[in-house]
Amino acid sequence: MNLAYYPGCSGLGTSREYERSTRAVCAALGVALTEIPDWSCCGSTPAHALDHTLSGALSARNLVGAARAGCEAVATPCPSCLSNLKTARHRMADDGFRAAVGRLLDEPADALATLPDVHSMLEMLVTRVGLDAIRAKVRRPLAGLRVAPYYGCIMTRPADVMRFDDPENPTSMDDLLTALGAEVVPYPYKVECCGASYGVARNDIVARLSGRLLGAARDAGAHAVVVACPLCQMNLDLRQPQVTWPGGHAMDMPVFYFTQLLGRALGVPESELGLEQLCVDPAIAFRRAEQALAAREAEKAAAVRSGKATTVRASAAAGQDGPDEAGRAEGGRA
Amino acid sequence: MRIGVFVCHCGSNIGGTVDVPGVAEVARAYPDVVFASDTMYACSEPGQAAIVDAIREHALDGVVVASCTPRMHEPTFRRTVERAGLNRYMFEMANIREHVSWIGKDREANSNKAAELVRMAVEKLRLNAPLYPKSFDVTKRVLVIGGGVAGIQAALDCADGGVEVVLVERESTIGGKMAKLDKTFPTVDCSSCILGPKMVDVAQHPNIRLYAHAEVESISGYVGNFTVNIRRKATYVDWDLCTGCGLCMEKCPSRKSPDAFNEHVGVTTAINIPFPQAIPKKAIIDPTACRQFVKGKCGVCAKMCPTGAIRYDMEDEIVVEDVGAIVTATGYDLFDHTRYAEYGGGRYPDVITSLQYERLLSASGPTGGHVRRPSDGREPKTVVFIQCVGSRDRSVDRPYCSGFCCMYTAKQAVLTKDHIPDSRSYVFYMDIRAPGKMYEEFTRRAMEEYGVQYVRGRVSMIVPQGDTYLVRGVDTLMGEQVEVPADLVVLAVGAESSRGAPQLAEKLRISYDNYGFFMESHCKLRPVETNTAGVYLAGSCQGPKDIPSSVAQGSAAASKVLGLFARGKLESDPQISQVDVRRCIGCGKCITTCPYGAIEWMELRGETKARVIETVCQGCGICTVTCPQGAIQLQHFTDNQILAEVNALCLS
Repeated sequence: MNLAYYPGCSGLGTSREYERSTRAVCAALGVALTEIPDWSCCGSTPAHALDHTLSGALSARNLVGAARAGCEAVATPCPSCLSNLKTARHRMADDGFRAAVGRLLDEPADALATLPDVHSMLEMLVTRVGLDAIRAKVRRPLAGLRVAPYYGCIMTRPADVMRFDDPENPTSMDDLLTALGAEVVPYPYKVECCGASYGVARNDIVARLSGRLLGAARDAGAHAVVVACPLCQMNLDLRQPQVTWPGGHAMDMPVFYFTQLLGRALGVPESELGLEQLCVDPAIAFRRAEQALAAREAEKAAAVRSGKATTVRASAAAGQDGPDEAGRAEGGRA
Repeated sequence: MRIGVFVCHCGSNIGGTVDVPGVAEVARAYPDVVFASDTMYACSEPGQAAIVDAIREHALDGVVVASCTPRMHEPTFRRTVERAGLNRYMFEMANIREHVSWIGKDREANSNKAAELVRMAVEKLRLNAPLYPKSFDVTKRVLVIGGGVAGIQAALDCADGGVEVVLVERESTIGGKMAKLDKTFPTVDCSSCILGPKMVDVAQHPNIRLYAHAEVESISGYVGNFTVNIRRKATYVDWDLCTGCGLCMEKCPSRKSPDAFNEHVGVTTAINIPFPQAIPKKAIIDPTACRQFVKGKCGVCAKMCPTGAIRYDMEDEIVVEDVGAIVTATGYDLFDHTRYAEYGGGRYPDVITSLQYERLLSASGPTGGHVRRPSDGREPKTVVFIQCVGSRDRSVDRPYCSGFCCMYTAKQAVLTKDHIPDSRSYVFYMDIRAPGKMYEEFTRRAMEEYGVQYVRGRVSMIVPQGDTYLVRGVDTLMGEQVEVPADLVVLAVGAESSRGAPQLAEKLRISYDNYGFFMESHCKLRPVETNTAGVYLAGSCQGPKDIPSSVAQGSAAASKVLGLFARGKLESDPQISQVDVRRCIGCGKCITTCPYGAIEWMELRGETKARVIETVCQGCGICTVTCPQGAIQLQHFTDNQILAEVNALCLS
């Protein structure tokens, strides 16, 4: 299948590490990406707030480009681009809208009726490549790493446009991270707002909303937050000194793009994953994961030493370690 | 033929957008029309008298009334022409209200269309022939489907009226949803105390035969003469021997069966009597949980039962009952709240449904009436109620109001204060809908006397926080977001149609709406009738209803049944198919297509021909379009009559 790739503008700037790790991961998984020739803004700039036709035309221009390049589907890492591209395609079902966009683009309206479908990179990897295929290629499981998956507010909503995963309780990133050997903590704020839309105008709101997300991840025992959105990543990572942490100040919650952790697990060289561009030192998370693993090993050894009296408890602890054992075993096979 | 035409103004309903006298004028020129006039209200007493007078004065053989839908007044006018000595089928109706005046404003176009519809009616009437109904006997027994409070009321009223009742209940006990309730609004009286006596009456009434743990398998026949196959599902206990002593439940080693009666709050034994007042009070084995079935060995109940009633090899049994009328009272089911992922989607143990909370409040419930959190058994100090979960929400395809949730939520908030005096309750609501007698006063009491905090707004999400929950919503009166820490969250889940309702409707040949609720014959004037003669509705199967409305409908349906049976014989509709034996070639295609099994073979002078069973034929006309010879014709809708109408429209 010929897959068009739409990097989006943040991929060239604030989220270069997302863009690089996405390409690296796709290469490692054998997913060929055809960058849309001469791609331009998706329209999620002020256009989408002021003029739906103009915003739709910006998106449609890129989708037409993908179709001309012979692609049946488009994938993009950025949820804002995803939302705008999908919404434009959704609105194209309306004859009047399609005609207006066609006039702006000098394209026949009929050509806009069958634009290629758009998917998030997460959806592409989870549904097209598949968790089994990914699991089989894991070379360095994320053993011991406890993560809070944060999907952001728009990747699954509105449900009738996005048509991916559960709109309120998505699980695809949970499943992916579990397949990589990480432990996913229960995280009820998966699709809550990080405050990005007020990023410039009302810093106090961002501080409160992002702070709540980080605090909840910490309270759930996560070593890191994992995201799929450049804006979320920037708010949660870059602004950690600014946010209002519930229960006291801290600045030690690494925030990864899911592609970075996927790349690490697949054995992609770290230089291709852009980990050095994260603000909060990612090593904090890996160190905590190692400590957690070591503590668990020690507990297990102690349980074995203390003999039969605690057999029951030991087996219970071993049961909890099940996913890790499985992850390691598979890593070994790969 | 001498035909009279009466064109009705219906006040301004038709006269407003149709030139009524002009239509009458045009009709006067139609073939065989010897009289035509306009009339203000054809259905009124003077309107009908004018028709009778015209028939006598002008020696009319047939009458056309151009007015409203025949569903409303065709029976009226048929009686009118009959009073003047005509056969009631020498009458035709043209619908120039619903089909003309109400749907268009162009007076000229409307008037032309009305005149054309009148012309079609005249051309059909010219080919009408007198038809005569036959009368047939009625089986004076009634089937009531569903043993909730509506079905119980219908069954008792019919039985008291001297009619034999067959009551079929899907569960192992009657009582329905009401039996699960702790108290009822607005009087806060004990639900089982007021329902219990009625349930006992059902058990003891000599005119009621109760089939519990049974379902309607199939229905054939027609009003007055239905034949019903009832599947008595295996209970694995011989109910003739079971005394309901409960010893089997005490000894059953399989104690982790799903407890459906307690809405899955807690577990129960595999052999079970759902609650102390169950009717019939008989045990039933859940084969998905029983060790004898699952593991192939146990047999404890069989050893313990003092009457030897256990039958592990019992199988379903079909019984056949003949009845003359059917009351459906199949009730409702609760909306599945797990569709709201933002409320936890079923992942949070202390986010429960209102009916689960009702079981926690009930003295016969799993906690003995002490309100305890399902997760840790702790008594909640802050309870948040969220209304409209699965009601008035288009995003989950439930745009309708379930009607009773505002009231039961107020009741549950009041009861919470009674059970836990130092507790606080919050109710998130959209609007408070309390239109019944003493209902508004009751919700005010909940707020003012019991201090229940009502917050007008929706809850956007529930988040676990330690061992409690944070309920985040909006207070639209304050214009602010609010967050309430809660120990227990109760979702006021809405009503949806009962599981299997559409399938039952198809067996009964009645209509149902988009949501599976059964359709009444007329939403205002025939609320318990259906469009299938002899089938009546009671309670929430027609739409969500509270207890008083359900009981009222149960009685209403019973009065319809008693009214039907008060007539010794029923008249069959003569608008049925008839075979012209000279043209019938005996191919049998009509026999295979008839949905009612109303056509059979007969021998005629050594030849095989089709014959219509007059009392079974419903006049649907499928056979007439199937017959390759045109040998089978639907009386009053013959091919020639329909062609005459088409010609009148297309050739004139």
